[in-house]
Parts: sequence; structure tokens; C-alpha cells
Amino acid sequence: MTILVVAEHENGAVAPATLNTVAAAAKIGGDIHVLVAGANVGGVAESAAKIAGVAKVLVADNAAYAHALPENVAPLIVELAKGYSHVLAPATTNGKNILPRVAALLDVDQISEIISVESADTFKRPIYAGNAIATVQSSAAVKVITVRTTGFDAVAAEGGSAAVEAVAAAHDAGKSTFVGEELAKSDRPELTAAKIVVSGGRGMGNGDNFKHLYSLADKLGAAVGASRAAVDAGFVPNDMQVGQTGKIVAPQLYIAVGISGAIQHLAGMKDSKVIVAINKDEEAPIFQVADYGLVADLFEAVPELEKLV
Amino acid sequence: MKVLVAVKRVVDYNVKVRVKADNSGVDLANVKMSMNPFCEIAVEEAVRLKEKGVASEIVVVSVGPATAQEQLRTALALGADRAILVEVADELNSLAVAKALKAVVDKEQPQLVILGKQAIDSDNNQTGQMLAALTGYAQGTFASKVELAGDKVNVTREIDGGLQTVALNLPAIVTTDLRLNEPRYASLPNIMKAKKKPLETVTPDALGVSIASTTKTLKVEAPAARSAGIKVKSVAELVEKLKNEAKVI
Repeated sequence: MTILVVAEHENGAVAPATLNTVAAAAKIGGDIHVLVAGANVGGVAESAAKIAGVAKVLVADNAAYAHALPENVAPLIVELAKGYSHVLAPATTNGKNILPRVAALLDVDQISEIISVESADTFKRPIYAGNAIATVQSSAAVKVITVRTTGFDAVAAEGGSAAVEAVAAAHDAGKSTFVGEELAKSDRPELTAAKIVVSGGRGMGNGDNFKHLYSLADKLGAAVGASRAAVDAGFVPNDMQVGQTGKIVAPQLYIAVGISGAIQHLAGMKDSKVIVAINKDEEAPIFQVADYGLVADLFEAVPELEKLV
Repeated sequence: MKVLVAVKRVVDYNVKVRVKADNSGVDLANVKMSMNPFCEIAVEEAVRLKEKGVASEIVVVSVGPATAQEQLRTALALGADRAILVEVADELNSLAVAKALKAVVDKEQPQLVILGKQAIDSDNNQTGQMLAALTGYAQGTFASKVELAGDKVNVTREIDGGLQTVALNLPAIVTTDLRLNEPRYASLPNIMKAKKKPLETVTPDALGVSIASTTKTLKVEAPAARSAGIKVKSVAELVEKLKNEAKVI
């Protein structure tokens, strides 16, 4: 068995999600190859070669692969996939965008967001916003899978010494073009990889009040998340949303402030090790999953918390 | 321009589902069913394109059980012109649904196909991408803004770090994110009118579609329950517990 892992990378570096995906590949067993596709990705390939457990790095360096347009990248992966038993990608927006296209071109089902590997063909994945866990078995010749990164501990980013091999194939479907992007800038840790996450909901009242959470987060070295209610109300940008349709996090400590705890929000954070809820409504569903609940006005509790930690 | 919208009948998003005792699936008997929230957004976007004079006809399609007619009628009440039900008894995998939709696309030749980004039951987030692969069309997934510009469509997508805009050649596939629009409610007169709109039922066989699958579900279990926590009385007590008991700060 040989497994192809599609690397996630940004700003010339391998993204942490790749390390969790390699960990899932290691659980399946067999040789692990990593594909780095993009434009000017020589540096990414070099760092991918250092990932522990990786046997080979394939580099497809071509302007057509910039910004990971699925119309161009999917045919590349399909061409390479023939020699592999599994194709894995992290369940990031890129992975979710590209891999189903790959699976359909290979005429196989795709398995989304696995949280555990039972055997080389059997996997567990959450359904119904995480309210049920399905065990699924694949008979596909090439198993195409996205990996929920919070389900697997990252492998070491250093220590490997894989061979790097260039892939000549260039696919440019000419059907789509990149126009531009608007990335949110932040000095805080990345939400999905942070050890501590402080999240605010509708109870924050307005976007300005999120400053209380930012200063608490900075003291804790935490990332800041939000519920859908806070995003829809325009308090914060949507890339901060935690939940079924936002990001899935599983930090050591999750502090939910002014969040009621709807099913859709719980789907994104209930695998956190310790959950703290601060809410003035003692009936809020968030208290049913919180390890420590504090019924209090968040505008008094959060500044006091910041002082004491 | 003709727009095709795919909708799915799913358990209502407010229902807390229960896993069946024999672990064969979740219990959907006597549970409230609705149109998948992302599909509602897809219908709304199509109706807005028609209101702007961009779309000339909206065809709504569902691949599902006979009862999915209810959701198709809802879409008709919201402003779709006619409906197609590809009737199947069992829950299909995304690839089989995409193949059925491809057959409908071949027949209808829409310029734009709009789907939700994911169904809230299977949480797959695959069908739109697979349909794009099968048709060979470009895809604009997780769309928060859709703008027609000549023979292209500009789609602003929600990505992990923020937003990204791509230009796609038409015909194209778009999947909706939550922030694309705020779906309207169907008025009673429109619900009455929708009853008279055409709804065609076809079978996968008639479309020449195979629903064979490479994946089977072995079992469905309830997730591990979190043990109940405690309520603390003060911020000081909370900090003390986090430092000494949970040891997370």
C-alpha cells in the first residue's frame, strides 16, 4: 500500500493540517508520499521532505496550480492517483473543494472528515452535526478521504529525509481564474491549531465588545472564535466561526462566552478537552457540555478573569 | 439563462437526532423533515437572479424519496418555475446523487447550477464538486457572493483564511455558504400557486444512472457523552479550578 497525501500549504510553508493528515496516513500503514502542488513551491517541498514518516515528496510546480484551483489540481491528482491505494487531504476548505472532484473523476465515493482509522478500508466519521458517528467501509480501488485534523495528533515536522521528485504534468483546464483574496490578518495563533480558544456569541452585544475577548486571549496566548450568531450579526469576520459549517476545533481549553450552545456550534467544539461556559442564562444548553460553568454577566466576569489568570 | 437548483429533504436542523438501538442508523420515524438550510439559500439565490432579470427559468430538482415532493413544492412556492424529482427509495451516496444530477443537467442544459455546500444530515460536502467533475464545468464552492459578468460568473468564496474570488466560465456549478443570502418565507398565495406548477417524476433507470456505491455503512453509534461538569460560583474559583484541577492554564 502506498498513500498519497495532498499537502496544504500557505505563504511558502507547509500548513499544520498536513501534519495531522500524515498522522492519519501513518495509522493506515504503508509508504507515505506527499504531493505539493502550487506555483514556486520549492521551499514547501523541502520542508515537506522533513516531515517524519514521509518516504517521498512529489512537487508539481506550475503557474496553473497557484491558488489551488480545483479545475486544474484535480486532474493532476487523478493522474497520480492510479498508483496509490489511498489519497488523503486535510478537511480544510482546499481539501473539501478539490477531493470530491478527484473522487468523481476516479468514479469512487469520497469519505469526508474521518476522525479515526479502524483498518485500511474502514473509517469513522461524524454525521448529523456530530450527533452520530458512522463506521464506513470502502471497497474503492483508490480510497479518497478527507481527514478531520482535530481527530489526529500531528506528526513531527522535523526528522524525516524524504526524496523530492518533480512531477512534469501540467493541467490547465482554462475554465477558472483567480481574481483576488481578502485574508483576515491576526497575530494570534491559528484557530484550528490553538491550545486555548476563547469564543464569543450573540451575548457579546456588538463587535466592539470583542475587545474584551481579544485582551483575555492575548494574555492566555489563545485564538479567538465566534458562534454563527456573532458572525451573522457582523461582530466578527466569518473565518472565526466555530461549528458544523465553520471550523472544527479541539483545543485543551475552550472558553465559550455569551454562547447559548446550539447543536451547530457544539458540533465544532465538543471534542475540546476542557470546556468553560460563561453565560448569564443558567438554562443555556452550553452548560450541559461545560466542565466548568459560571452563571454571570460576561462584562464583569471576562475582565476579572483576565486579571486573575 | 436557465438556472438549475438541487434541493434535499433532511431532518429539520433543530431536531436532536437519536441513534437507533440496533446501530443501523438514526431514527427518522416521526421526526420533522425540512429543506436542507443550504439548499434554501440556493433557491433564494436563483430567485434573486430571476428578479434581477438574469435568470429566465428556474428548475428545481431533488434526488430522493416520494416525500421530497414537499420540499420541491416549497421551492416552487419560493419562486422556482418547475420541479423534477428523481425518485429513489434509499439514501444515496453523493456520487450517485451527482450522477443523477448530471443526467438532469444533460437534459436541461442550464447555464448555472446552484447547490448547497453540504447537507446537514450526511455532512459530506461533496455533491456540487462531484457534479462539476462529471459535467466538466468549473466550480465555485462555499459561495458568499455570486455575480454574473457576461459569459463568466464571479464567485466570492469563504476560505479558511478569509475570502477568495474566482471567475468561472459558464456553464458553472456554485455551492452556497450560509452568508450568501437570507432566504425568504413562502406566502400563502404563493404556496397555493405552487400546487399548480409542473412537477415531473423520473427514476434513475429512466435517466440511465447507476446508483452502485463503493462505500457501505457498517454501523452508526451515538458519540461518547461528555460527563456533566460543575457550576462554579466566582471567577476566582474558576481560575483556581483551571490551574489546579484541570491544569490547562
